[in-house]
Amino acid sequence: MSGLWVLVRRDVVLAVRQGGEIGLVVGFFILAVVLFPFGVGPEPEMLRRIGSGIVWVAALLAAVSSLDRLFAADYADGGLDLLALSPLPLELAVLAKCAAHWLTTGLPLTVIAPFLALIVDADPAAIPVLVLGLLIGTPALSLIGAVAAALTLGARRPGVLAALLVLPLYLPPLIFGAGAAEAAATGGGVRAELLLLGAFSLIALVVAPVAAAAAVREALE
Amino acid sequence: MLTRLANPARFMRASGAVLPWLAAATALVLAVGLVWALVFAPPDYQQGESVRIMFVHVPAAWMASAAYLFVAVASAVALVWRHPLAEIAAQAAAPVGAAFTFVCLVTGSLWGRPMWGAWWVWDARLTSVLVLFFLYLGYIALVNAFDDPARGGRAGAILALVGVINLPIIKFSVDWWNTLHQPASVFRLGGPTIALSLLLPLLLMALGFTLLFAALVLLRMRTALWERRLRALRLYGGVSLPHAAE
Repeated sequence: MSGLWVLVRRDVVLAVRQGGEIGLVVGFFILAVVLFPFGVGPEPEMLRRIGSGIVWVAALLAAVSSLDRLFAADYADGGLDLLALSPLPLELAVLAKCAAHWLTTGLPLTVIAPFLALIVDADPAAIPVLVLGLLIGTPALSLIGAVAAALTLGARRPGVLAALLVLPLYLPPLIFGAGAAEAAATGGGVRAELLLLGAFSLIALVVAPVAAAAAVREALE
Repeated sequence: MLTRLANPARFMRASGAVLPWLAAATALVLAVGLVWALVFAPPDYQQGESVRIMFVHVPAAWMASAAYLFVAVASAVALVWRHPLAEIAAQAAAPVGAAFTFVCLVTGSLWGRPMWGAWWVWDARLTSVLVLFFLYLGYIALVNAFDDPARGGRAGAILALVGVINLPIIKFSVDWWNTLHQPASVFRLGGPTIALSLLLPLLLMALGFTLLFAALVLLRMRTALWERRLRALRLYGGVSLPHAAE
């Protein structure tokens, strides 16, 4: 277990120290949200209806844009080979990297989200559900993103390719997370959507490290 | 038999013998099926003549899911047993499956316009089939994104297995969600609810599409094996050949 913790700490410290990795993701998130009122018009009534959806889509895009720092740097300098050879099972190493990725991507997005929801004039009743949904759903984004990042190691145009692979698999968290926020805004029940969101994250927690570790092994051959 | 056919040369001989018969059978079944479906099958009491789109749309949808299952199973065989031809089979089937998915989406859209009044709705069945289409495209993109084709094949195999979760979602989407799309009328507990005069041409078209899938996949596998032979010749034979299509 201490190996896991060391790995998480290493990745988080690297992300924080490499000047602005977290800032880049948050900045992209803010810009993506800000783009929408320019695109669809600033009318408050309409923005209130689509506000939580805008925040979710922007969070997805920001998560996708941050995927290349999961494995690429370690793959390039040989750290991934060392991880594969270490006594720590590769699946757990991948899990640790996903945890670090979530701490430096998903968590900051979740923290910033309520303020952005205010910018797009989202219904105040929906904001807590929006944040809770992001909290439950963003780990799944990091986990599934890890599978795509591992699969595209050494590919041509890994960034765009990983985005193409991962966005169809990001649809369930988006549908349930944004659906929960919509339901909260219209006064309906949110339990079903949030439970399904949690179920999806749990499935990703089990399946993604196995798939990503297999992909890393194939990349290292 | 699968292990016997793992030898590429033996596979080429076997598939070369089978393929002409398969192609002839495909043409025959599709010709009979299309004529029966488009001319002789009765119009639906509610939808009239536009029910005939069903005879292309439904078999294409069945083949879209079946082809993905084929890709996933071939990928599993490639990863677990390292069968030499399994990856080639998966990569041969993917564009054919993507084409069937595309046909399903387009014919469904053409059917939805007169029936529902909309070219597209975001209900569970349509969305999950669209996701299937993107999974196919992602698989093809991933396999072709590497300079080393073996690496691309292995990466694609893992992706195919990850995406197989979409298949039960497609199948049960009309049960789990309130969808505009019609619920299951053929493959359901309690037997088909569709009239026999419509079911028979539908099944014949499904058989024709299956034979078409088999013929196309065999053809593409043979082409892929020829391409591999060409690549090996160019790398190791020192023979200067005109640049083969990569």
